[in-house]
Amino acid sequence: MEFDVLVDVRLRGGIADPAGATIERALPALGFDGVSGVSVGKTVRFTIAAADVGEATTLAEDLCASFLTNPVIEDASVSVSPVGGSA
Amino acid sequence: MAKTVGVVVFPGTNCEMDAVFAVERMGGEGRLLWHADDDIGGVDAVIVPGGFAHGDYLRPGAIARFSPMMGAVAGFAADGGPVLGICNGFQVLTEAGLLPGALQKNSGLKFLCQPTVLRVETSASILTGRVPVGTELSVPINHFEGNYTCDDETLARLRDEDRIVLRYVDNPNGSVDDIAGVCNEGRNVVGLMPHPERACDELLGSADGAVLIGSLLDAA
Repeated sequence: MEFDVLVDVRLRGGIADPAGATIERALPALGFDGVSGVSVGKTVRFTIAAADVGEATTLAEDLCASFLTNPVIEDASVSVSPVGGSA
Repeated sequence: MAKTVGVVVFPGTNCEMDAVFAVERMGGEGRLLWHADDDIGGVDAVIVPGGFAHGDYLRPGAIARFSPMMGAVAGFAADGGPVLGICNGFQVLTEAGLLPGALQKNSGLKFLCQPTVLRVETSASILTGRVPVGTELSVPINHFEGNYTCDDETLARLRDEDRIVLRYVDNPNGSVDDIAGVCNEGRNVVGLMPHPERACDELLGSADGAVLIGSLLDAA
């Protein structure tokens, strides 16, 4: 089976996020008040072949740990769903 | 016989000839090493130079560390061979696990291209053997992601083990503890964001990097 994988990469807590901080500082000047906690990460999407959701998730998590994130500064969450939508 | 320094070239590397120039200026011989080869060819030291290896896609150094040549460089380092990572080369060495920590975007979100003053914090490394502690050197930086970061435990170890090789006198990029360069436990792998190879002749604005490249040749 094939599975769509969505990886959400974020900076770990305590790691400075200069891009997020800059966006947050700019928002009031643009008329957006009350916005806080802005953080900037990245999203990686791909399709993976696996026997089932569990195997696809394990493969995607291994890929995250070894390549898609730098564990010194980043965390990731992985979402897996069968290609075509219905689970 | 002149000592030979291998200079690793990835697609997107752009400082390899500067590194060869600096090595030859200091009496060594520079030899380019293509990233897809897996043999360092008996060189006496290795420089991983600056640039944008593999376009810096995903993260600087993230793809470069999988190049076959990096396996050979890691083996050379494990045997005690001197390895120097400059700028993008420093990023590659952290991604490859040869040096601790990581390089983040500069705190001011600006690409910085300017002279900086570095303070030598230890003479016990392959980059600083010729330089007394406390010496200040003018060496340029040229980077967007040079903001050195690591966890508190790693920072404490780097301090306790005298592994912070260079600090910025006036921190330009937000690096933790003003760190400009660090070394591994064996002190034979050093990474720094500034470019000593671009400061080896007064015509370039500073010749202060020459003593660093000279130290590398001493260690080779």
